[in-house]
Amino acid sequence: MSARVGVVVFPGTNCELDVVWAVEHLGGEAELLWHGDESVHGVDAVVVPGGFAHGDYLRTGAIARFSPVMNAVAEHAASGGVVLGICNGFQVLTEAGLLPGALQKNAGLAFVCDTVTLEQLRDEDRVILRYVDNPNGSIDDIAGITSPAGNVVGLMPHPERASDLLLGSDDGVVLLQSLLAAAADRAAARV
Amino acid sequence: MRFAVRVDVTHLPGVLDPQGATVERSLPALGYDNVADVSIAKTIRLVLDAPSPDAARKQVDDMCERLLANPVIERYTVEIEPRDGGSVSDTP
Repeated sequence: MSARVGVVVFPGTNCELDVVWAVEHLGGEAELLWHGDESVHGVDAVVVPGGFAHGDYLRTGAIARFSPVMNAVAEHAASGGVVLGICNGFQVLTEAGLLPGALQKNAGLAFVCDTVTLEQLRDEDRVILRYVDNPNGSIDDIAGITSPAGNVVGLMPHPERASDLLLGSDDGVVLLQSLLAAAADRAAARV
Repeated sequence: MRFAVRVDVTHLPGVLDPQGATVERSLPALGYDNVADVSIAKTIRLVLDAPSPDAARKQVDDMCERLLANPVIERYTVEIEPRDGGSVSDTP
């Protein structure tokens, strides 16, 4: 039984089909979840992809967090389900409180959080990704973090854009495979 | 009572303001080389119907905490003034 991955679509999301392609490329099943949906359709993992949810109006992710689907995503996470937020999706997860901190404006966009949270993230080994050449000035070169339980992950780089050598890199595959493995575990536990 | 509300949302000290920085770098090109500390902030204006100034203030603070500002990177100030006219619900 292959793992089913739900990919959340807000008005303005624009990386959902790339994520669907990458998931299917790696042998998973993908399904789009509309922002107005009140459930995640029983998927085994959720990806909140990149783009400009709700036009980034007011503040990136600020409006998207109130979408009905985000309640379902929060329930999925609370029950141990894996959630991956990429770029704009990472920002939605911080606005929704599924991950700590916030993303500030920059030449790119950079992760910030208060010193206590930062120390906590370091102490608990929750910084899962750092830039080798920091392109955006994020604090401590942070590129990705996890929730305390480790099942909610947010990162600024796009793994789906590095999922095949034809795209110039397949460095993102290991991350997406990890997502699919977690989804497969959840699917197996469900049976 | 009806209130005119103005919310100013600014960056917390230390949070990068790339728009302000870019404007600051651009002004000398026009000859204004005596400018420093440019920052760009958001102003949100709204009209609110509430039973009292305190109630209005409480509700606006709530809006700021939940949506209008992100307390991790922003701070806000609120100005509330009584406004003449009917209630908000009366406006077309």
